[in-house]
Amino acid sequence: MFNRVLCVIVMVAFCLFTNGCSKKDETGEKSETDKAEKHVIQNAGSDTMVNLAQAWAEAYASVEPSISIEVSGGGSGTGIAALTSGTVDIANCSRQMELAESERVKQNTGESPKEFIVGYDALAVYVHKDNPLAEISIDQLANIYGEGGDITEWSQLGIDNSECVNDEIIRVSRQSNSGTFVYFREAILGKNRDYKLGSRDLHGSKDVVELVAHTPCAIGYSGMGYATPEVKMLKIAKNAGDASYGPTAQGVLDGTYPIARPLYMYSLGTPEPQEQSYLDWIFSPAGQGIVETTGYVPVGQQ
Amino acid sequence: MKIITNVFHQLGRWCEPVIEGIIRLCGISAIIFVFGIFFFVFREGMGFFFGGLDIVEFLTSPEWYPTSVSNKRYGVLALVAGTFSVTALAMVLAVPFGLGAAIFVSEFCGPKLKETLKIVIELLAAIPSVVWGFIGLTVMNALIIKIFKVPIGLTMLNGGIILSLMSVPIIVSIGEDALKAVPDSYREAAEALGATRWQVVYRVLLPTAKNGLLAAVLLGVGRAVGETMAVLMTTGHAVNMPLGPFDSVRTLTATIAAELGEAAVGSDHYRVLFIIGVLLFSITFIVNFVTDLVIKGIREKA
Repeated sequence: MFNRVLCVIVMVAFCLFTNGCSKKDETGEKSETDKAEKHVIQNAGSDTMVNLAQAWAEAYASVEPSISIEVSGGGSGTGIAALTSGTVDIANCSRQMELAESERVKQNTGESPKEFIVGYDALAVYVHKDNPLAEISIDQLANIYGEGGDITEWSQLGIDNSECVNDEIIRVSRQSNSGTFVYFREAILGKNRDYKLGSRDLHGSKDVVELVAHTPCAIGYSGMGYATPEVKMLKIAKNAGDASYGPTAQGVLDGTYPIARPLYMYSLGTPEPQEQSYLDWIFSPAGQGIVETTGYVPVGQQ
Repeated sequence: MKIITNVFHQLGRWCEPVIEGIIRLCGISAIIFVFGIFFFVFREGMGFFFGGLDIVEFLTSPEWYPTSVSNKRYGVLALVAGTFSVTALAMVLAVPFGLGAAIFVSEFCGPKLKETLKIVIELLAAIPSVVWGFIGLTVMNALIIKIFKVPIGLTMLNGGIILSLMSVPIIVSIGEDALKAVPDSYREAAEALGATRWQVVYRVLLPTAKNGLLAAVLLGVGRAVGETMAVLMTTGHAVNMPLGPFDSVRTLTATIAAELGEAAVGSDHYRVLFIIGVLLFSITFIVNFVTDLVIKGIREKA
């Protein structure tokens, strides 16, 4: 009896499975390439890059219908872990892979990861749109955000933030495992210094901008692609008294804007032909155009 | 005919121990699950609990730096204080409202209004916590800034109000059940002695139903302590020893939710989050244990 039930279940599952496949084949047949099977590229990693990766995958589906790209987020570390275990073909990463990580990948899969810089992300420092502050130096930012820093009020920056009721600087930050949190710490505070406790640690790039937009006392950092009309991006100077620069594509590429980072993709060893053609397309004007429309900085404009 | 009943009789005799065994297993399963969960949570954290974690620092230091490069510090005092303060504030707001509404629904209002109220209160309970969090993040934040003239609205007060709104439906529905369980003869006897309706409630119903009402309140407390998403979004998620309702705080549950996803499996940070899980488990265990003692004490006095 149980055997018979099991048999039926297996058969039904088999039918559903083959049915699903044949449907996919039908759509495949419509394509010019006329290939029987669709090649799937698994792509996972950085949350910062997930919107970008998804936009790429969607646009590429109409360029090359025989290849389908499955994108998921989870964080840069998650992407590297998946590459190590061989469950993804391409890992997205908003920071460079550490030496120990790339060694682990090589140890587990026998192939060393190959690195591609696919775009740049500038971290903007946001304040409320009514805040009179226009520029800030890295040193001032470190004194606002860093452990032991002594700037706690807007008047210490030489401005009168009249919208803010008690002049207190409300620091908006990210949760401690976010790639953005780690990068901002490195760029502003240096490798070994920690953030001051008591910052509001939000859980997404968008939430930071949202909170700053509604809070006249707040200062926060997030990707420049998340800017809205309700917030103001500060110009940033490397040292007090230096010229300050806003987050623009030009400033990121020529290095005058100090807090920008490359966005990486990693493949296992030399990419397979399908992966290579996807990466080639990403570096083409069409692919880099999507980088620009999603709010990041394209590569190769030097 | 007689043979058939005989067969059933025999079958019943054989089946009974089997059914009894199954029911026994169902009863014991709760114990198995609780100990199983405790065991697995503890096992994940054990490696760090016995090797490396300074327990005294863990419980008494407010410095939470799990991802610091140079100086990792695992102190949860600020998180414990955050959990308790938000829960206490939520209960101060929710208990009078919840019990008041329970008394009104069960004793004072007409049948038509009663049906409407019960449906609306159940609807209130059905709103997902992430939606509550969203309301706190957008609506309440702006309201608190405007009304109380404070620099930021993501505070203990915001979290407390949202949590109280979430626990009121539980307190109302269980409290109402407890009042309904008081036999009508009590009410009739009291009214026959010339008591007003308020006197009936105050002198007869509340003392009789106090066990049930206490259970209602404590289930509300449980809801508030265990809530994660809403407090993550509304309290500001700042590691901070709270001094008043306008300070931002961070709770134990929110810390686990925000950080576990990206902590490397097996790292100290990962293990310390599981130890926080054990701590939360112990707190709820103590609350339940004390409740049992209190209820027993009330019963013995009565």
